[in-house]
Amino acid sequence: MLDLRGISLIHPNGQQALDGVDLRVAAGERLAVIGPSGAGKTTLLRIAGLSLRPTQGDVQVMGEAPWRLPARRLRALRARIGMVHQAPPLPPRLRVVSAVLAGRLGQWPTWRALASLLHPVDRIGAQAALARLDMAERLFDRCDRLSGGQLQRVGIARVLYQAPALILADEPVSALDPASADATLRELVAQAERSGAALVASLHALDLALRWFDRIVGVRGGRVAFDLPRAQVSEAMLQRLYAGDSAAAAPAPTGAEEEGTAATAPARAPQLMCR
Amino acid sequence: MTAPPRDPQARGRLTALVLALALLWPALHIAQFNPAALFDTTSLRVMGGFLAGFVPPALDRAFLHLLAQATIETLAMATAGLALAFVLAVPLALVVTRALSVSRIGPGPGRGPAALLRAGARLVLTVLRACPEVVWALLFVRAFGLGPAAGVLALAITYGGMLGKVYAEILESVDTRPARALLESGSSRLAALGYGLLPAAAQELASYTVYRWECAVRASVVMGFVGAGGLGQLMDQSMKMLNGGEASAILIVFLLLVLLADGISALLRKVLA
Repeated sequence: MLDLRGISLIHPNGQQALDGVDLRVAAGERLAVIGPSGAGKTTLLRIAGLSLRPTQGDVQVMGEAPWRLPARRLRALRARIGMVHQAPPLPPRLRVVSAVLAGRLGQWPTWRALASLLHPVDRIGAQAALARLDMAERLFDRCDRLSGGQLQRVGIARVLYQAPALILADEPVSALDPASADATLRELVAQAERSGAALVASLHALDLALRWFDRIVGVRGGRVAFDLPRAQVSEAMLQRLYAGDSAAAAPAPTGAEEEGTAATAPARAPQLMCR
Repeated sequence: MTAPPRDPQARGRLTALVLALALLWPALHIAQFNPAALFDTTSLRVMGGFLAGFVPPALDRAFLHLLAQATIETLAMATAGLALAFVLAVPLALVVTRALSVSRIGPGPGRGPAALLRAGARLVLTVLRACPEVVWALLFVRAFGLGPAAGVLALAITYGGMLGKVYAEILESVDTRPARALLESGSSRLAALGYGLLPAAAQELASYTVYRWECAVRASVVMGFVGAGGLGQLMDQSMKMLNGGEASAILIVFLLLVLLADGISALLRKVLA
């Protein structure tokens, strides 16, 4: 399904976000990527989602080498990948129904997509996807009427509606309360199980990673620290993954942080059982 | 004590400021801009005499009839010209704007050709708007004869270039992440425009378009002077006959038209908010 070999990525500003990462994911597999802020989790997901091209290394998705495909086939391949973004990229004036239906823009002909903007075509489908996340009653609301957590669920509903073969989720529940975070991950997992899709999610909440995912990949400083079945992940490994770069490191500022741009940022003190 | 960290942009900003001032001063000088001349008593008297001829505005029945006809002609010219300009501008803007570039994702295949195509379309837009509409009008009056048809075509060409450039820039200045996310999941450019960019940009696009319509109404005066019909041609005749009353009546119509454009713009912004 997904085959990354020797992936390195150096940002235009010279920062190395990933350094020789190997990752293979089979169809139907469920994998959580964990690691401190700035470890390269988002960059890894964006490379898997074909939105970033690695500086070095081979990317294969569904048996194809995407960066060697002609534009039309690359587009068709992208339509089969669903990405849940950490900050849902939804324009404030877009209605929820259109935001969800946008999941199938890669499959619909353009005339249908544009017609649906004026009069939503598959209202039942959009409502069903929202209902799974307890959001059905917000179908015709505008996105700027929603809270951060609700927006995040709209972003997930879009991917549920898209029904892709590979689901990538970047911190999909970071804005949700513990109960809805759990319920939302359950729906993502259920979607993957029902459609046989592979699910790769980056998570900060370790308890959620350990509860819903079979395989845990620890990333630190742009490298894979471990890649193990859930049962083999030990507390000591997690401590090491999140340990500060040096004992004297000042606590990292608690502002907004962007993954993958600060690969060497000092890690925060471990907080293993966040929830 | 340590010095506060240096702002790496400080030097660039200071340079830009100094450069702007250094360029502005000779520009004012070369343009012979001398504000004192405005308040010189002789020039005040000359201007006052000129303006005195403007009152009262001409309101006789025959002239009002002519005025109404010219107004309708001007509105038709501006609207038809802008509609053609829109048709010309939209495809070019969609090619030029980087907000809808698929090849920039990754970056992916075909980035070189795509960049060339964008540069080419940008050049077309520049060429279209480089020539003032009045020059095109002079040219087309020779082809179509006197009348608004020449004005329509002149507006279409120049305004097509302006609309295309500004549309492309408006689309780049709103949050482009939604459209990019859609392109990244295989959406077509037009669909990404509709779902990702238009919800954020529609207001700006509409108000710029209405503003350009207002400009087209004004531009039609200048083109009227070269024979492209409408209020401009009427104004030309009135000025040549030194009939200030008629000229001021025409100016009042202009004021009303600009107010109308303002109203339409406000209404559209409200609808699209």
